[in-house]
Amino acid sequence: MELAQKTACELKRMIQTGQVSCREVMTSVLDTIEKREPVVQAYLRALDRAELLARADATDKKNARGEDIGILGGLPIAIKDNICTKGISTTCASKILGNFIPPYDATVAQRIAEAGGIVIGKTNMDEFAMGSSTENSGMKLTRNPHDPERVPGGSSGGSAAAVAAHEAVMALGSDTGGSVRQPAALCGIVGVKPTYGRVSRFGLIAFGSSLDQIGPLTKDVSDAALLMQVISGHDPKDSTSINADVPDFMECAGNDRNLTVGLPREFFGEGLDPEVGKSVKDAVGLLEKAGCKVVEVSLPNAGYSIAVYYICACAEASSNLARYDGCHYGYRAEGVDNIVEMYCRSRSEGFGPEVKRRIMLGTYALSSGYYDAYYMKAAKVRKLISLDYEAAFAKCDVVIHPTTPTPAFKIGDKTENPLAMYLCDIYTVTANLAGIPAISLPCGRTSSGLPIGLHIAAAHMGEKTMFEAAGKVERLLAEAGKWKL
Amino acid sequence: MSITQKDVEYVANLARLELTGEEKERLARQLGDILDYINMLNRLDTTNVEPMAHAAIEHNVFREDGEPRSITPDETLANAPDRQGDFFKVPKVID
Repeated sequence: MELAQKTACELKRMIQTGQVSCREVMTSVLDTIEKREPVVQAYLRALDRAELLARADATDKKNARGEDIGILGGLPIAIKDNICTKGISTTCASKILGNFIPPYDATVAQRIAEAGGIVIGKTNMDEFAMGSSTENSGMKLTRNPHDPERVPGGSSGGSAAAVAAHEAVMALGSDTGGSVRQPAALCGIVGVKPTYGRVSRFGLIAFGSSLDQIGPLTKDVSDAALLMQVISGHDPKDSTSINADVPDFMECAGNDRNLTVGLPREFFGEGLDPEVGKSVKDAVGLLEKAGCKVVEVSLPNAGYSIAVYYICACAEASSNLARYDGCHYGYRAEGVDNIVEMYCRSRSEGFGPEVKRRIMLGTYALSSGYYDAYYMKAAKVRKLISLDYEAAFAKCDVVIHPTTPTPAFKIGDKTENPLAMYLCDIYTVTANLAGIPAISLPCGRTSSGLPIGLHIAAAHMGEKTMFEAAGKVERLLAEAGKWKL
Repeated sequence: MSITQKDVEYVANLARLELTGEEKERLARQLGDILDYINMLNRLDTTNVEPMAHAAIEHNVFREDGEPRSITPDETLANAPDRQGDFFKVPKVID
């Protein structure tokens, strides 16, 4: 087995005990990028090989001297291109930010550096994180490493594909309506959407500010816990960041506790691929056999979640993206005579079709005469969805269901029908609307070999319980031989 | 729900977007379809429901008054499409 194929936790142990050097790990990952990137196309930018090897060497020297190399010491990590990295171009896969070089690091990037991790590149995504297949990238087409004819999911499709193809040991993505968990499910890896406010959004280029959270994409649950440990915690630079202690997530992932599992009947009904449904139910069966109690719960308003989401997220996006006006940074149209023409032409030439569509929808929903009918109505139904979860968590510790209704779909299948693309997120958006933590982990494959994702949500600030459940599911699936990347 | 090209033009102006004839036509159709779907929300009675604008814990955040380190004018202007000295340069604002 190549080093690049190992998990972060395995590599961490091997580096610390001197079994392998950081240079060897970095070399293996860079060689994998060279080999697989021509097909997968996960990266918008991979950093210079010599520079990365020099950084790995520096970590090796530190390690040899017996100094602390940090809990991510020397591990190669990819970062989604909507997370600011000082001095490294950050484009959101959009022409409008094509030449933007952040003068500062996002808090998560800074924490990764402080923990000794090495950022190796920036990954492709749907433009401004708007999409579920990464086909809305204004830069390139990323392919699913399990089947290059299919999408990797989105919007963090580049990060998911990079980890699944072993082109990175771990990666960061962002999740506004499922953008970490859905590509994780489609690429057969683990993805986490933390409690809203658990991870700082400072330096994350805003899409839907009340929904956005940064989260890890990794090869297994322990790796997700490791990266969550590094990026979580209060940040004075983000006013929505929660000031609370961060539990030991790694320890949680190893706990063996018998939990009560709730299955929401609304997420096992119409539209669910039978193979996906069966695989998730089989995994729940393993939990039950191992001593967990399984109960049926109901999220009666879940059917309204996509409608609510597209009003709230687009309203916020239309406001957040107003800053791209050609004045201070980003793309400016050429040959403009006055300032309004500069705004209009810079935005029209800089944004792609899906971004324009969402700005239009959001502006419409916030415009005079429609605000109450759309935005206010959606905000009220959002409250109902949040209350549904409160009622469900009174009966169970975690809610389990499939992450997506279907496995990875073919490239081009949904590009002509925006609404069909929006419905890819039908099982994931509710966690963003309610602000609760959720994880997707692989639970099996379809008969044609495509990965299937199982989704575990826990109550607000309930990452501890979420990791306990995810760790347990993963161990039971491994014992049953149901999953291997 | 029917969205006319005139509606599209009105909203595009608010959003400072300049659309081609083809874009207007396509957006009128697509936004109409999406709003048709979204109108399912009207089936729910939300009379006494408090709107939820975000999932953050609601409290005000204060910091000590001081002069925290900021980036320099040069760092700030490094990404500017056009500059003049320490200013962002833009085309004429008033005729």
